Amino acid sequence: MIGRLALSLISHLILLLLFAPLLQGVITKTKSIFGGRIGPPLLQPYYDLARLFRKEFIFSRTTTWVFLAGPVVGLVVPLLAALLIPFGGLPAPISFEGDLILFIYLFGLSRFFTAVAALDTGSSFEGMGAVREVTFSCLAEPTVLFALLVLARLSDGLSLNALLGPHLLDAWHSEAGASLGLILVCLFVVLLVENSRIPFDDPDTHLELTMIHEVMVLDHSGPALGMILYGAALKMMVLGALLVRLALPWQTGWWLSDALLFLGGLSGMAVLIGVVESTMARLLLPRVPQVLIGTSLLAVFALVLVLR
Amino acid sequence: MNRSRLIRFRHGACLPLTDLPRLDFATFRESLFEEVATHARVASFFGHPTDEGLDLYAILVHDWQGELALLRTQVTGSFTSLTPNCPQLHLFERELAEQYGVRPEGHPWLKPVRFHTPWIDAADIWGRDPRQHPIPGDMDFYRVEGEEVHEVAVGPVHAGVIEPGHFRFQCHGEEVMHLEISLGFQHRGIEQMLIGGPHPAGIYQLEAAAGDTTIGHTIAYSQVLESLADCEAPLRAYAIRAIALELERLANHVGDIGALAGDVGFLPTASFCGRLRGDYLNLTADLCGSRFGRGLIRPNGVLFDLNTTEVEKMLQRLAVLEPETRGAIELCFDSPSVLARFEGTGPISTDDAEALGLVGVAARACGLIRDARLHHPFGPWEEGFNTPVIETNGDVSARGNVRRREIYASHQLLRDALKRLPPGPVSAPLAPLAADSLAVSLCEGWRGEVVHAAITDKAGKIARYKIVDPSFHNWSGLALVLRGRQISDFPLCNKSFNLSYCGFDL
Repeated sequence: MIGRLALSLISHLILLLLFAPLLQGVITKTKSIFGGRIGPPLLQPYYDLARLFRKEFIFSRTTTWVFLAGPVVGLVVPLLAALLIPFGGLPAPISFEGDLILFIYLFGLSRFFTAVAALDTGSSFEGMGAVREVTFSCLAEPTVLFALLVLARLSDGLSLNALLGPHLLDAWHSEAGASLGLILVCLFVVLLVENSRIPFDDPDTHLELTMIHEVMVLDHSGPALGMILYGAALKMMVLGALLVRLALPWQTGWWLSDALLFLGGLSGMAVLIGVVESTMARLLLPRVPQVLIGTSLLAVFALVLVLR
Repeated sequence: MNRSRLIRFRHGACLPLTDLPRLDFATFRESLFEEVATHARVASFFGHPTDEGLDLYAILVHDWQGELALLRTQVTGSFTSLTPNCPQLHLFERELAEQYGVRPEGHPWLKPVRFHTPWIDAADIWGRDPRQHPIPGDMDFYRVEGEEVHEVAVGPVHAGVIEPGHFRFQCHGEEVMHLEISLGFQHRGIEQMLIGGPHPAGIYQLEAAAGDTTIGHTIAYSQVLESLADCEAPLRAYAIRAIALELERLANHVGDIGALAGDVGFLPTASFCGRLRGDYLNLTADLCGSRFGRGLIRPNGVLFDLNTTEVEKMLQRLAVLEPETRGAIELCFDSPSVLARFEGTGPISTDDAEALGLVGVAARACGLIRDARLHHPFGPWEEGFNTPVIETNGDVSARGNVRRREIYASHQLLRDALKRLPPGPVSAPLAPLAADSLAVSLCEGWRGEVVHAAITDKAGKIARYKIVDPSFHNWSGLALVLRGRQISDFPLCNKSFNLSYCGFDL
């Protein structure tokens, strides 16, 4: 029993730690191709992380321990959250009734520390970014909760393992298929918001005044910035796992093919994000809350459909 | 109105100083207001110190008559500010106060412009220590008080590789209540360096006055000297200047549209336009060896000629670039998500634009027909221009559309110019400058009208040289469009104006 748990833990973490930065590489590559450029190599995010972790820590004298706590929590939270969520056909190593609440609020914890670390610098930019990030995240939360409620209704448990179990394949073919389609769209929007992608945020911009997430980490450098970037990559993979499992509920029973299907699904998702980023402009900032309220309503509608 | 108070002249005229009446200040003031009320605008307003006091020159422009008008007066110590009645003068008066230590009484916002010590032996009106160089940006900023109001200061060091400028926002949440822009970080004293000239170095200093408007500024400089020397450059030189000017316009407009797309996160157009801008710069390099047109334009001619094979090659390159440019631009202007971001962002009303005296792309986007190529052609070549581009919304999309349509018009102008290049030499010797005279020249650079004015002394040397880059008028427009708008729209609005810092700082 302990052996199986250890094996599952280790395989989960290895998949996560090794594969996560590649998603960023795939997105960048897709965007480059759309822009008619060759673009950086697929493995560039790994090189960047290696470069950042070789640097030394530099802290402003005006900051306190909170400034470092932001990146550390930002890195640890996706690792913990990853243990609660199945990676495709591979079940989550840790699972208990109601772990979905922990899953959601772990990310709330990391957001709190990122925002507090931003405020710790005392810069007006970072304060502005923190305000935006917190506002948008709290609007994104209802969408996720309603989406998970739909899944809970369709399953017979309250753990993520049960919610994303093998019954999803049948659910797609049943009347609940429409609801699943709706929450898939909603969760994709939340994924874009949470990972600060276009059309909600622009991860590549250098314009401080338009940034949401990026502006909060402007003062971090070296390994602290590396932790933030790595944490962001892990977060994308963990949230993506929810989406990929929902979209590709097949299960072969053999761990290698399950893992390959999962990683293939994640890569496909990264390509899709790249396509969205290449074909859409950013939304006007005041439009972002409107879109999020829209997705919340869609998720409610999906819930109504399955409760009927 | 007594017309004799006013000297009316055409572009390219050389006015002997002895013919210019020196009005008393009250008449000057009244005449200036009357002119501005009858659709004139102030192209330039500058001082020139004499033994008795400070001569003030106002160069007014009547666009539709194609006429310039000049008013002169003399002040000592202080004068009644004209800004409350004529807001477009506000920066000119601040500039006078800083340069010559005269105080425009009643100026609503009298502060330094470029942070330098007075040019003449006069007391600094802000009481700054004359032995030390003033610190740029060291002044009182407008402040909005209140518990929920916060101040955001951006620059002078920015996150991108751009020029230094300081922006001070007074914000209530995401809404900007006031924006104040403080420049002057790149003040090099170009106007002062030109005094005593024309020096051999003068043209190089003008080439660097605003690096992206090299052609515009060098053409304006050449025209001033040609006017003062009463020489005409050969026709072929005018044609090559026009080609270079349109190439500069194309490169910058294409780059700007790419940058606008980049700011809203629309990547394909941003990437394509970045490459295409390079292609247009390379065309300029084919012409003169410099991608930014340095070393091409000289007083009374140009230094590089185009032979028939070069013309043919350039036409072929254009035939390839034109559809590519159209494709990249239309992709952006056909995308609903981009239009949603452009339309209605950063609008400025026609009345405000007129009051502030905006010029160039920013003015044409507000429905003001202001194009020096149309109204004030210089020499026989430019007479043919008849396609000014006007948009009326005054927002980011209008400024983008002016650029888009000017790119298409420039393609046409360029093709025509290349096909009917007149034969003949490309330069002629320049005669000595007339003594005790004044000349003004306008050139529609890509950003807007570049105005140069020069006054010569008894020996025919330059005694005062005044440069007005279009940015000098338009920065106030940018500050105005942000009022009551989202602070996150600032980068997009800024890019839609794309003003020069060094052209302002001189």
